[in-house]
Amino acid sequence: MLQITKRITAMVGNHAVAYAVKQAKPQILAVFPITPQTTMLEKLAEYIDSGQLKAELIKVESEHSAMASIYGAAVAGARVFTATSSQGLLYMTEMFYWAGGQRVPIVAAIATRAIAEPWSIWDDHQDFVSKRDAIWIMTMAENVQDAYDLTIQAFRISEDKRVLLPVMMGFDGFILTHTMERLEVLDDETVDMFLPKRDYNLIDFNDPVNVGPIVTPDNYIKYRYEAKKAMDRAKEVIEEIAKEYEKISGRKQYGLIECYMCEDAEYVFLAMGAWVGDAREAVKRLRSRGNKVGLIKIRTFRPFPKERLVEKLRSVRGVIVFDRAYSFGSGGVLASDVKSALYNSGIDVMSVIAGIGGKTVRPLHFEKVMEEVLEGKRFEERWLYE
Amino acid sequence: MSEIPEYIKNKRVIREQHFYRGNAACPGCPIPKELDLLLEVMGKKTVLVVPASCTTVIMGDERGSPSPVPVVHSPFAGAAAIASGLWRQLRMRGDTDAQVVVWAGDGATGDIGFSALSGAAERNENILYVCYDNEAFMNTGIQRSALTPYGAWTTTTPAGKREFKKPLPFIMMEHKIPYVATASIAYPFDYQEKVKKAKGIQGFRYIHLLSPCPPGWRFDSKYTIEVAKLAVETGVWPLFEVINGEFRLTSVSKTLLEKRKPVIEYLKLQGRFAKLSEEDIKVIQEAVDEMWEYIKQLVKK
Repeated sequence: MLQITKRITAMVGNHAVAYAVKQAKPQILAVFPITPQTTMLEKLAEYIDSGQLKAELIKVESEHSAMASIYGAAVAGARVFTATSSQGLLYMTEMFYWAGGQRVPIVAAIATRAIAEPWSIWDDHQDFVSKRDAIWIMTMAENVQDAYDLTIQAFRISEDKRVLLPVMMGFDGFILTHTMERLEVLDDETVDMFLPKRDYNLIDFNDPVNVGPIVTPDNYIKYRYEAKKAMDRAKEVIEEIAKEYEKISGRKQYGLIECYMCEDAEYVFLAMGAWVGDAREAVKRLRSRGNKVGLIKIRTFRPFPKERLVEKLRSVRGVIVFDRAYSFGSGGVLASDVKSALYNSGIDVMSVIAGIGGKTVRPLHFEKVMEEVLEGKRFEERWLYE
Repeated sequence: MSEIPEYIKNKRVIREQHFYRGNAACPGCPIPKELDLLLEVMGKKTVLVVPASCTTVIMGDERGSPSPVPVVHSPFAGAAAIASGLWRQLRMRGDTDAQVVVWAGDGATGDIGFSALSGAAERNENILYVCYDNEAFMNTGIQRSALTPYGAWTTTTPAGKREFKKPLPFIMMEHKIPYVATASIAYPFDYQEKVKKAKGIQGFRYIHLLSPCPPGWRFDSKYTIEVAKLAVETGVWPLFEVINGEFRLTSVSKTLLEKRKPVIEYLKLQGRFAKLSEEDIKVIQEAVDEMWEYIKQLVKK
């Protein structure tokens, strides 16, 4: 029987992720500073310079080169890590697709932040969701503990032979990156056991291959189909790994989605990221007044947990999706995914757009919207900007 | 003659092939030969990093590659950074004798990839960066690049380019990296000698190889070597190397400090310069002479 030894501490989100990375022992890191990720980079540089993490940190001249250099290292067999945010994420985009298409195990932490123009250093999910088709697994943390846990699991998921896809772990800029919270960390030996050494390598001088060449139209679609299948398989792998992690951490882990009080719920909130905590608080208050409401937290944005959602939402009357990002000319990004998952189910999907560019959202906002819905009001899309 | 006389037999250079025939290069393209000469020196324990360029096509599709060594393809801007990560991991895993070579065209080097190139040079990454310069974006059909020379016709400079070629070898020299050299396919021994030197040096090494392109430069494919040779003899393409800051001319360029063939001899062989005016030719000649004045300063140092 495994002895769970956990250490309780407190850290800001950026340091919690840096700590998880240190325990995962990547060989090569490349990070370019950007607000609000910078303090994570500083922490990693400190770990490396003090010898606590035996890795190389490539001090690149841009985010594009950050992703390119860890791609090169990952191709040659290294466990790698990078982190970025907002404009940096956009600048990396070309290499994101390159890494996803080549299906190289890479872990990236994304401190989510609004995209200019106009300039905003504050949080929303517009940068994160823009990578939804880059063939990356995308997970989203609710709190500092989640950010730590998901980072460690990301390495396992990414390097799993059934998956071999890069993983990005999103966590809300400032709200999580700079907020100190209670954190339970695993001891190093436990992480070592959970994360065996990476053994995936494309550079073999005795058996040279052409990594990432041109392919014919007949084959390109086949590569894409293979990537789709890997993404499908990832759903099971993520839940399996979450269960395993649960055993070593003693903390409930939820894999793809987490349901809070949705067994008998008539209406549920659906959201991802830090404000799930606010929604949870709103559910508590609404429940205390006798309302049958619940909450679904999306922990894995890609692959999108369609089947799990359908299963959990079967008996509800309506879903209120809170989006921190918008597809202009279409609608809330999560809302669109939820609508397509619930196609023909007869369940009302209502879309709320809020928190854009760091606009404050409180439990009260969730409560108010739900109260109106409980009174019988319906809407397709609503922007909260007051 | 039925038999080769013994004395010739002994002198004949019999070489193993290091980059295979039957690749997708255009007739008269020097790239396969340049890679062949490079790999002969660099050996089997080499990784090539190839950004988007003619060589992307030459390397073939997923069914096979003419390269005897691993190739990592890269988008335009990523090559120098991918090579940085690759080398560091090869060292980490114990392959310290492996070589990482970026094999990039002029567009990936002087235009889109310049930031990554400069960054890798500043960090003094242990890689060899070779720019095979065909002076335009040839893979997409002859569009001008920062390294297209003054006056040259391209599909995006139909009236001739009005800006000068970015002086990349000199810019790299100013990065104070351990090794910088220029080379030409017309002088294969000089080229291989430089690759050999670069191989023996740790840190960031840069070789700039002028690579004439028959369809892009508009000359008959049998003149590739002739054109490459004239570029050197007219002084348009000086052959030199800079080892730890010490500049020296190499091969025939050593004899060209005072007297060179007029540039017109190089220009007239190529259709891309067909519409140059007398004035343009004068401008080009003056620019070449001015560069040699600069080289004189460097030689004196």
